[in-house]
Amino acid sequence: MIHMQQNLNKEVFDKITFLTGDAECLKMLSQIPAKQPFDESVVNFLNDLSKNIMSNVSSRAYSDVITFAFWIRKASVLKIKEKYNFNDKNLRLGRGAAFHIAPSNVPVNFAYSLVSGLITGNSNVVRIPSKDFMQTKIIVDSINKTLLKYENLRPYIVLVRYERDKGINDALSYICDTRIVWGGDATIAEIRKSELPARSTEILFSDRYSLAIINSDKYMELTNKERFAEDFYNDTYFTDQNACTSPRMVVWIGDSKEKAKNLFWANLHNLISKKYTFQPIQSIDKLVNSYLSAIAFSNSRIENSDDNLIVRVRVSDLSENVMELMQNSGFFFEYDCDDIMDLRNVCNDKRCQTVGLLGDSKDIIPLIEAGIKGVDRIVPIGKTMDFNLIWDGYDLFAQLTRIINISC
Amino acid sequence: MNFENILEIPPYSLNKEDKEKLLNDRLIKLTKFHKENCPEYSRILDSIDFKVDSIKSYKDLPFLPVRLFKELELKSVDKSEIVKTMTSSGTTGQAVSKIFLDRTTSSNQQKAMVKIVSSFTGSSRMPMIIIDCPSVVKNRMMFSARGAGILGFSMFGSKKIYALDDDMKLDVDAMRDFLLKYKGQKILLFGFTFMIWQHFYKELIRLEKEGVKFDLSNGIMIHGGGWKKLVNEAVSPEEFHQRLNNVCGLDSIHDYYGMVEQTGCIYMQCECGHLHASIFSDIITRRPIDFSECDFNEKGIIQVLSTIPESYPGHSLITEDEGIILGEDDCPCGRKGKYFKITGRMKNAELRGCSDTYAAKFK
Repeated sequence: MIHMQQNLNKEVFDKITFLTGDAECLKMLSQIPAKQPFDESVVNFLNDLSKNIMSNVSSRAYSDVITFAFWIRKASVLKIKEKYNFNDKNLRLGRGAAFHIAPSNVPVNFAYSLVSGLITGNSNVVRIPSKDFMQTKIIVDSINKTLLKYENLRPYIVLVRYERDKGINDALSYICDTRIVWGGDATIAEIRKSELPARSTEILFSDRYSLAIINSDKYMELTNKERFAEDFYNDTYFTDQNACTSPRMVVWIGDSKEKAKNLFWANLHNLISKKYTFQPIQSIDKLVNSYLSAIAFSNSRIENSDDNLIVRVRVSDLSENVMELMQNSGFFFEYDCDDIMDLRNVCNDKRCQTVGLLGDSKDIIPLIEAGIKGVDRIVPIGKTMDFNLIWDGYDLFAQLTRIINISC
Repeated sequence: MNFENILEIPPYSLNKEDKEKLLNDRLIKLTKFHKENCPEYSRILDSIDFKVDSIKSYKDLPFLPVRLFKELELKSVDKSEIVKTMTSSGTTGQAVSKIFLDRTTSSNQQKAMVKIVSSFTGSSRMPMIIIDCPSVVKNRMMFSARGAGILGFSMFGSKKIYALDDDMKLDVDAMRDFLLKYKGQKILLFGFTFMIWQHFYKELIRLEKEGVKFDLSNGIMIHGGGWKKLVNEAVSPEEFHQRLNNVCGLDSIHDYYGMVEQTGCIYMQCECGHLHASIFSDIITRRPIDFSECDFNEKGIIQVLSTIPESYPGHSLITEDEGIILGEDDCPCGRKGKYFKITGRMKNAELRGCSDTYAAKFK
């Protein structure tokens, strides 16, 4: 207690900008009662927040904002609740105060993190990225507007901005029961310099990479190949192919590989030429990595292309982890796969996260069952970014709640 | 055509057609040589299915990104042949390029440089003031770009002094004595653009206020290294020239463009303010979207081609600089070949993404 007061002092508050809540809220954050998961007022609050975001005209320009608003509708939240319908006498409560550090380059991520904390019954302080994303502003404004009707929830939501500062990280870490760190290895290393109380837990989102597996026969059967290109674009180019979930490699299975490839890349190219903002240096970045790959991986081939929008390196041997040389902004390793176990090295790496799939997941299961260290999600292409309480190999619900074991 | 033959031709004397013939011959030969002797280079050519026999123009040769020399040690001769390793100047923690030179390449670099520079300064050597500190060239085993530049240009000096001490302070007395001793003679001044501005020009301004003035109207200044560090000072090349002229009477001031990855064939700035490609090298500007060749007066990424590199596969490189080719064979200064200007360095990509590496870079 005394420590807390010493840490959260005026000097710390002076360096913090409050977007939601204030110094008083922050001081009390660890004192207010935890809630049970899916508390009714929280669910209603989120539903109203969803409406407020949807009714804001500026939201329409941002598909990521709309997707978020859709996810927090009552119907959607109740569906999530159903999955956590435990048939036991135990009680569950939020762990208490959650301290979230959002990544600097994904505008709406902070909102997903916050909602995960809220629906599991926690009070939350969220460090918002300092970059002025319009998406952040829309959501924060809507939260503040919605809170006017939910005074009782005010103590549970504190949104802050501050420059990298160990003193503030120390103070917030000291009061939290759970710390949630997005932003990858560099941010984790920095935040870990601030000690956590012994009983507090931590959820860390480290640097990850992902791949896509496309069954070429299934692809040939698709009636709407433009739509599929759109889905793939959203998984990759939409985030400069630089999200942890963005496939960096396309693995082709099935018997129509060459036909499927030609159509797939042509359709994608059409779309990119219309939608993607190309930055000149990306041409050099991709050339560097394609040549480095040519040298590092024997018999690799750089596929011919008319321009630098899509750079593909065909690899014929995955005995080395080619992902060491991954790039972003439209740089793909490509592999013709006749035996799913070929992917072992790429997937037997803790950094391997998502498999975006067109095809049947049972084709991949043998690989997982071999006991690999990577792959936390297998999801349809187009859905790699879709947030879920099961994320990155964690069950966030379990991580953010405490079970009161009642056996009498 | 071998390099000895090229050396016999005056460096700015060939028109487009003749120069193309020369470059085609030499650069295609070099491509074959490196393919046979540098396994990494060979793999790159194989990966793009490049057949050197099927090309007609050096413009169709592949180009290696200069960044590759920061990632890999590329050589086309046996390790025992290496007599010098040059490194680019990078700030601490940054990767530096490593360029491996054998006797031939090193000597050809010098010879080309003599041809180029003496066509501006005249062939006799001059008393030379190096606007840098002596310690930069002390370690001869590892040449930094700065050290290499100084040593390269030192060939043109008869008597030399370093104008700065190791604390980067202008040695006023030594300068005064030197200028007195060589009064009436043409003096060569050499240094890096930023150093000249920071430690020479600014000091001259301060001295002027104290009533100390140097007369360098008889001097010829050659400077390079780029304008990046001067962006904060908001100094344009024209202003750089004008202000130096005001403070010490210097009028013959030549910027040059060059890089450690292609030492020797530097691009000198002429009296009209244009950078010129000599017969030892060429410049092509390329469009980022597809690497197609830009038109004149269209900004693009700079590709540099050099007839010199034999010990490492650096005869065709794509830089991370952008520039504009202004014309060919028709600069009012009379020199043949392409003339151009550099517009700056390419911006790093601003990317979305979950990992905060972007922010970490600026910590």
